Amino acid sequence: MITRRTLILGTGTVMLAGCDSFTDSPVLLSADDANRFLQRSITGRAALAKQYRPDQRSPIFRVNGTANPNTPEYYALAANRFADWRLRVDGLVARPLSLSLPQIQSLPQRAQITRHDCVEGWSAIGKWQGPQLATLLRLAGLRDTARYLVFHCADRFGALPYYESIDLVDAFHPQTILAWALNDRTLNIGHGAPLRLRVERQLGYKHAKYLMRIEAVASLAGVGQGKGGFWEDTNGYEWYAGI
Amino acid sequence: MQVYRHRLITRIWHWLNAFSVMVLIGSGLMIFNAHPRLYWGQYGANFDPAWLELPRWPGWMTIPSYYSLAGARHWHLFFALVLAFGLLIFMIWSLANRHFQRDLRIRAAELSPANLAGDARAHWGLRFHDPENPRAYNIFQKIAYAGVIFVLLPLLILSGLAMAPGMWPWLIDLFGGRQSARSVHFIAMAAMSGFIVIHLALVFLAGTINEIRSMITGWWKVPE
Repeated sequence: MITRRTLILGTGTVMLAGCDSFTDSPVLLSADDANRFLQRSITGRAALAKQYRPDQRSPIFRVNGTANPNTPEYYALAANRFADWRLRVDGLVARPLSLSLPQIQSLPQRAQITRHDCVEGWSAIGKWQGPQLATLLRLAGLRDTARYLVFHCADRFGALPYYESIDLVDAFHPQTILAWALNDRTLNIGHGAPLRLRVERQLGYKHAKYLMRIEAVASLAGVGQGKGGFWEDTNGYEWYAGI
Repeated sequence: MQVYRHRLITRIWHWLNAFSVMVLIGSGLMIFNAHPRLYWGQYGANFDPAWLELPRWPGWMTIPSYYSLAGARHWHLFFALVLAFGLLIFMIWSLANRHFQRDLRIRAAELSPANLAGDARAHWGLRFHDPENPRAYNIFQKIAYAGVIFVLLPLLILSGLAMAPGMWPWLIDLFGGRQSARSVHFIAMAAMSGFIVIHLALVFLAGTINEIRSMITGWWKVPE
């Protein structure tokens, strides 16, 4: 006889066993868009992430992800202290740019003490400095059709180059900067030398290191495997990493 | 004698919330496994002192059962919305239909030492309801249910939100920092797990079939 109790217990077991197979279902993934909409609605699109006092910084800012790209091309750039490195800004822009590190350092600068939150759960606070991404986008003249900015990096995971992307709301946010300094020192290799993205309202994996090229695109479909970033493509992490 | 004990909205919310909480605990333990250390303050990472460091939770306790931070986040961030909006709707509805005011309001006299001691003795003797007024919750039920609805669940939602990188600075400061919020989130989860264990034990002691049926059909048989 099937009692309510066995029915409930049985249903529970089936549901738990079924959990694994639902893990990547589109229903669950729809929460990413909902969370982006809700977060931007409640905090505001231009709201600043919390900023800290100098004495609130982490004593040690740990390195995570790629600690060194370890490619011949990157070694050649690093050996020359990135004198030959150029940041390309292209794609859907009126005036493609190719900027050296001194040129980037001579643009109007922003310094901010912010918290880096890893998707794994830890946080580190540090002072980042560099020009706002918006400054470069205005220099390059973003076209009306551009919807996303793709950040191409020098590091690779296996055969795949690291990349990330953000939309225009975050691209023009005042705290979104291209940092070349951490805690008043030139960015070291572990933290992404010579230049990394800071997009302070999202988790750490969005903060692309070892930047080589910023590409303005209308759609993310043609980039990488189409999900907007290395971890999004390969592991199913959320494209909007706001929580 | 049967009494109609739980209204439809209460029953729907109970099961939706129970399922969400189970999914959130299972997926939350998997998320915790990605960095099984807890800190107090604004920051906290491997080189900073942790107040709690645990081994990884085993696969039978986590969702999914295999190691997947991304997969656990899919579950967690979806059911966080179900939990939060479910609670919001249940709260508004239960204020409107006066469930909260009628059934969960704790009166000062109920908190008198004599009443608490008397009710504790009654629990010890497995008498959980007042024969004069069998529909009414006893004081320990009221404290437990009100504690979950008005303290634990809101605390879990707010401490969860406070972990978002771009969240309101005042909310982060309310918890004393993002890593403190993460610790509070974990402690509140432990308290919720404690509630579930006691709740299920008391359902068993009070009469499993009768109690579960009342939360499905609404009708509860008054014990002789």
